[in-house]
This record gives sequence, structure tokens and C-alpha cells, in this order.
Amino acid sequence: MPKISLRVNGKARVVDTESDVPLLYVLRNDLELNGPKFGCGMAQCGACTVLMDGNAIRSCVTPVGAVQDKPITTLEGLGTTQKLHKIQQAFVDEQAAQCGYCINGMIMTTKALLDKAPKPTDMEIKRALDGNLCRCGTHIRILRAVKRASGQKV
Amino acid sequence: MKSLEITRRQFLKTTGALVVSFNLLSPARKAVAQFATLPSGDIDPTSLDSWLAITPDGLVTFYTSKVELGTGTITALAQIVAEELDVPFDKIKMDSGDTSRTIEQGSTVGSRTIERAGPQIRQAAAAARQELLKRAANQLNAPIEKLTVANGVVSVAGQGSKKISYGQLIGGKKFNTRITATGTGWDMKVAPEVKAKNPKDYKVVGKAVNRTDLPAKVTGEHDYIHNVRLPGMLHGRVVRPPVINTEPLEIDQDSVRGIPGVVMIVREGKFVGVVAKTEWAAIKAAQALKVTWTKPTSKVPATPDEMYKYLRSTKPVRSQKAIDKGDVAGSLSKSKKIYQASYRWPFQMHGMIGPSCSIADVKGDKATIWSGSQGPFRTRGTVASLLKIPEQNVRVIYHEASGSYGRMSTDDGAEDAALLSRAVGAPVRVQWSRHDEHGWEPKGPAQLDEAKAAVESDGRLLAWDFADYSQPWTASGSTPLLASRQLGLTPKNPGGSNGTQSGGEIYSVANQKIVAELINWHFPEPIPLRTSNLRAPGDVARCFASEGFLDEIAADLKIDALEIRLKNLTGNQRAIECLQAAAEKANWQKRPSPAPAGSGNIAQGRGIALTQRARTYVAAVAEVEVNNSTGEVAVKRIVCSHDCGLMINPDGVKNQVEGNIIQGVSRALYEEVTYDGNGVTSLDWGTYPILRFPDVPELEIVLINRPEMQPLGAGEGATIPPAAAIANAIFDAVGARLREGPFTAKRVLAAMQKKV
Repeated sequence: MPKISLRVNGKARVVDTESDVPLLYVLRNDLELNGPKFGCGMAQCGACTVLMDGNAIRSCVTPVGAVQDKPITTLEGLGTTQKLHKIQQAFVDEQAAQCGYCINGMIMTTKALLDKAPKPTDMEIKRALDGNLCRCGTHIRILRAVKRASGQKV
Repeated sequence: MKSLEITRRQFLKTTGALVVSFNLLSPARKAVAQFATLPSGDIDPTSLDSWLAITPDGLVTFYTSKVELGTGTITALAQIVAEELDVPFDKIKMDSGDTSRTIEQGSTVGSRTIERAGPQIRQAAAAARQELLKRAANQLNAPIEKLTVANGVVSVAGQGSKKISYGQLIGGKKFNTRITATGTGWDMKVAPEVKAKNPKDYKVVGKAVNRTDLPAKVTGEHDYIHNVRLPGMLHGRVVRPPVINTEPLEIDQDSVRGIPGVVMIVREGKFVGVVAKTEWAAIKAAQALKVTWTKPTSKVPATPDEMYKYLRSTKPVRSQKAIDKGDVAGSLSKSKKIYQASYRWPFQMHGMIGPSCSIADVKGDKATIWSGSQGPFRTRGTVASLLKIPEQNVRVIYHEASGSYGRMSTDDGAEDAALLSRAVGAPVRVQWSRHDEHGWEPKGPAQLDEAKAAVESDGRLLAWDFADYSQPWTASGSTPLLASRQLGLTPKNPGGSNGTQSGGEIYSVANQKIVAELINWHFPEPIPLRTSNLRAPGDVARCFASEGFLDEIAADLKIDALEIRLKNLTGNQRAIECLQAAAEKANWQKRPSPAPAGSGNIAQGRGIALTQRARTYVAAVAEVEVNNSTGEVAVKRIVCSHDCGLMINPDGVKNQVEGNIIQGVSRALYEEVTYDGNGVTSLDWGTYPILRFPDVPELEIVLINRPEMQPLGAGEGATIPPAAAIANAIFDAVGARLREGPFTAKRVLAAMQKKV
């Protein structure tokens, strides 16, 4: 099997895998990074979102061979329960999750958004998260969490 | 890699110790385990040690078969434990959903966890406190009445130096105390002889606390079922037929030969699956495997029209009378004017964002299942039946799945994983594809509701006749699930009831009949449009129908929609207060519907609806905008009042109410399972859209707290009234009545054209 070189959360990683395997399965099964989730495998729901070069991408439809040596950031690259990233802290402060399965996508999409637009308007936030599905209906709290993470009044 | 867990029992057997420490999956769950078992091997609820254990450093582990589904219920249960024991909230660890170390308290369904398991847990904790005080009295040589507890430390009133902690009293040791426990599941009565705290003294219960599960959920550290990895674990995928009542004629093994890592193609009965070394290989193999299926032996109604006709023209297998009082037929026949209307509601999905996932390790006649089941004991039973092994030989270990809203009452994935593991002789993880989850998850049944009423001119109801026609749950409780049916197991009955509430029973009417008719749904033949309990089962449709119908009457009589409701809520104080709270918050102005027509292309309207589920009252006011030329509906604001008795965690309740409303709005505006004669055609999020961020309405929640009442559930109620309130608001805006959901632009426009 070919060796694929990756840069994940600032670390160089080498995995033995076919290059057509979607990045999601490599992150989860080979690197045991559980942040990104499988939701649809069709880029429809956003649960698998990771950052590549700072852009939010859908790891479920991105072949691992296509991201070699590009910087990948997963949810684990932001913070831990011991030291939450400010976006994660905002989600906790707003209690902005229920089952939490979609939250990886919400936080990673927010990270990409805030890196480009540090003070987004409500409409910009809604548009940025348009492609991320939440079934528990935590939308209002998620919107507040993004606002809070951007340092704006909630 | 995560290592296999060891049961309390096995560990005790191997160590011979009374008290053992063992590592669970995460350090946070480290605990001291002490328990007593019944002859069956199940945990004995009459032993206090079966409910909780306390370490020398005062950490309390409380065992429950109730599980966290994302609703925050485990946090609330932990508050109850902390309150009753007088232990800091952060010292409580809930160990949940493992059939080898918890007492069966019933599945986590039906908004009944706080209502039913809450008192069980409260009483067990109160019994522990009582026992601890007894021991402290001995140790401190002081009468029990003089003892007080704070932060897990017992002290003698007025003598600050005389104190002893729970850790010192019991830490690492067994209570060896008997309590009473009669009945089973959620009907179990635990230690009723023990006096629990007076709610007036509550310090933790009733206070908003942060949910214990959220920090790990926002960092990727949460222990979801999808993350369980076992040594030697293989990956499985099931190859589902186009319809269930077909069988594989031929499987072309060569079709997967080019895929490296395929370990086995499994066929048992009509069940076909693949097992591979990697997940991607399993996915590719399942897609590539060429299976020739027999032709389906029957069809389902191919269109909604055919489906509703089927519901109305088929003899019910069961009639459930929610209410039958007075003389409804007589009263209707005597009335000069009878109101009559019928309403239709489509099949809708649970739509878990993460599809079914389960891991099984079947060895000989024993099986361990890692599952996100809402009922671990239920899964234990269905897997045992499937594998034809004793129930006691199956251990189910719960890990949280994606939010499931009733879907994980039917743990299909566990059956799939069990069959594949047995075939291959290794632990197998199965995760469904999006296509399979949308296609094969059991749906909330379609419903046809017919209503008739006679009314006084002032709006008081004289007669109310309401009939709900829907399918029973073909997949529910202990009925054989998908894989079981593919192996030939047949259900023993047509399936569970789709509920009877929200048909207008909240109103006091002298002549009132509310019936839920269950229409046989391909029993015992399994078909693709399986049905099961979808959050607030049946209530969304019945509320849409009954509250829409009442609105139609009000409009005809030119009576305000709030007023007609208040007129018919005789003596039901909680209902009245709930309704008024929502109306007041929404600044409801008294006038009949529809609203006077405006001049622009966007019409505005407001609508109200009220319901009650499992004694929780919910009212909603919807404010909508309807585009006169396109029929497009925008829900601008939902104001919701919610009364679930005493609230344990008000912010947890609020989170649930918000989520329920959003899901309810989504179901009202967008959601309809499509099908043809062979099965489901909504197979992804493109063909089954749900609400997205740009369409989120503003929400205003009024939480009504009733400290004098027992706590009730908040997991479902607020899903119910949004659809009815929105339909009523659409009527208010444009004068067109929606009698079928969801309220798509096309449907609204058609209703508007019909009106003209």
C-alpha cells in the first residue's frame, strides 16, 4: 500500500493507505482523531468538516491523496477539555450542543469564518453555516456561540 | 485502541474481592463498583449497592440504565443525586446504560426519564443518605436529628468539630443495605418508605447547571459509539435489498475481487453483508457487490393519495379510545350546523445526523454489543432472539450515538453487527450509509385525521368527534428488527400504538370522542416503509389537525383563536395559564382570523396552538410571512410557553424546548418522506431537506416552573404545537387553510388558489 504523508494539527504523519480513501476515514481510523464525524459521505451535512489551508472542507469526499502535505486542522487541533479554544469555550458558555454530533462541523466552519471575518454579521454567520445540518435544533445557541466567539455582544 | 471492558461480575469473580476498582473507557468514569445480583445474573434493585458506590475521596458513582441521548437528561439525573445526597454536583458520576452493571429502568423514551426514573434515583439516593446518617450517628455518637450534611460531610449541629465525610463513612466499602424495589422498568417503585428532601430545601435541583457532556463534545473527546475501537476489529457493511420482501437469488463474489482487504461476504437468509479489514474496503465492497434480488412480492401504495385512501378504507386492527363520553352522535345529529374536516400528515424521518452504528463481538453463545440504543436491555433481548442465545449471555454497553429522537428504540445496527461478527468470528463494527439510514430507518407513520364538531354560537364546543388513522409501529419494542426479519423471524403482533394524545382531549366537551385507529401495515410481511416512534409519536399530526380544526371553527364564528380555546378549557388551570403565558409574551391582540389584508406581496399572520404530552403543557404562537405570489412561508418567530412541573435544570429544559421547536418547524415546513410502489425515494438530505440556519426563526421561551409539582419530561412536548400554530398563522395571513403537511410553497399556493 502506498505511504501518504500528511500534516495534521501541525504534526507530520505518514499513513499506509490507498490514495482514493476519503480523508475522513484516515483521520478517524488511522490517526484516531474522533473530532470529524461521518454523517452522509456526500458533502451534504458538514459533520466531517476539517480545515485545509485554513478553508473548511468536507473530509468525507476529499481523497487523502489530494491533501498530501497540505496543512490539515481537525477539531483536536483547536483545544482540549483542559484548555478549550475560544470558539469551543463559547460553545460551552452558550451550552450550544445537544447530541453534539454536528458540533465538529459547526466549530470548524466557525473557525474558518472567524479567521477571515473576525466580526461577522448575523447574516454572514447564517450563510457560513448554511451547509451544516443540526437535527437537534440547537441553531439559536450555535449562532449565539459564534457571535460570542467573535467577541461581539450576544 | 480502546481495550475491552471487564464486567463487574467477571472482575469480582477473578479477584474475589468485595470491592474492586476498574478502569472504564475514560478516566472520568473511574469508579468503585459494588453490586448485588439476582439469580438471573441481573443487578438486584433491592440492594443499595446496586445503585451507587462512594469512593474514599467522596466521588459518587450512580448506576442507571437510562442513557444520554443529547437531551441533557443524565445531567439532570445527576442533579437529583447531588441534591438528595448533599454532595457537590461535580462529585457525581453517572455510569449509564451497561446491562451488566445497571438496573433495568426502562428505555429512554417517551419523555418519561425525569418523570419515572427521576423518583427512582431520588429515592435510592435518599436511602443512601439515610443509611449514611445512621452510620454517622454511631460514629459521632450523636442523635440523627442533630446531624446535618453539606458537601458530603456530616456534622453535628452546633459542634463544628464533630464531623465525618461520606468517604470516611463508606468509601470503597459496601452498604450491604436492603431497600425495597417493586415492579419493573419505569414502573419500578424504589424505596418509597424513605423520606426524600422537601423540595423547598432544594439547592441543586431547580438551578441551571452546565451539562456535563458538552466540554468533551466540543473537543472531539466525547465517547461516541462511532469512536469505539476494539483489538482485531473488522468493518462490516450490510447490502440492503431494494425492498425487504425480496431475497438474494445470486451473489457475484467476483464483483468484489479487486478490492483489497475484503474478508468475507456473508449471507444468512435474506441478509447480505460484507466484512473487510478497513472501513473503506467494506464501503467499496458493499457498493460493488453484485446481488441479484428476486422481484418484490408486493407493493406499497405508490402515492400519498393512495396511502391516505388505504388508511381510510382499511379495517383497523386496533381502536384506541382516548376519550368517549356523552352522546357524540346524538349531539351532532341534533345540531343545525356541523363542522367537518380532514387532515393529512406524511411519513417523516427521525433523520439522525450520524447514521446507525454498532459494534458486536460474538463468541460462541456469548455476545457483547456496543450500541447507542435508547434501550440497552431492549437491544439485549432482540440480539438474543436473533442469535438464539439466552438473554443473559448478551451484554450491551451503551455509548452515545447521534441524536436519535426515537430512532434508536429500534437498534437495527446491533443486529447487523451481531450477525457479521458471528459469521466472521471477530469483533465487527457496522455503520450505515446515509442512503441506508434514510431508506431503512423506521419512519414516523403517515396519518389521516378526521374531525367533526358541533358548537354553540359563542364558540363553546357541544360535540367533538376526532378520529386518527395511522399505522402501528412495525419496528418497535421487542418486535424483530430489520436483520431479524431478513432471517425469517416474524412479529407476534401488528406493532405498537402511534399514540392517542393531542386530538383535542385538552378541551372539556360534554360529548367527546377521540379515537386512534391503527391500520394494519403489512403485518407480518416486512416492507421498506417501516414505522416506529418518532418524537412525540403521532402528536404533531393530531395537534395540527385538532388545533387547526378548532381554528377553522373560530374563524367561521369570527371568534378570536385564543378566546375560543380559553372558552373550552374549563377548569384546566395549567392549560389555561400555559396558553395565556404564550399569548401574553407574543402580545396577542384579540381579533378574528384572517387578518385584514395588507397591500404588499408579503402577508403577515399569527397563529396559536396548545397541547399536552405526558402531562407537560406547551403552547406556541407562530408569526409567519407568506409570499402571496409564490406561497413561500417564512416563520419569523415562535413564542412558546412550557410547563413541565418542577424543572430540574431550567437551562436544560430551555435547550430542549428550543430544539423541539426548531425540529417542529422543520417538520412543518419541509419534511415529507417520498416513496413509490417499491419503497422510499428520499434517500439523502437533498431529497429530504430539513431546516437550515438562514431559515431559523426567532424564539421566545416562557418556562413555567411549578416547584409544588413533580418534575415531568421536556424531551418531546414542544415539538408538537409549532406545525399547528404555523398552519393557523398561514390562514391568518392569507385566509387559506392548510389541511396537509408539510407547508411547502406549492401546497400553500394551491390552498390559496382553492380559496379563490
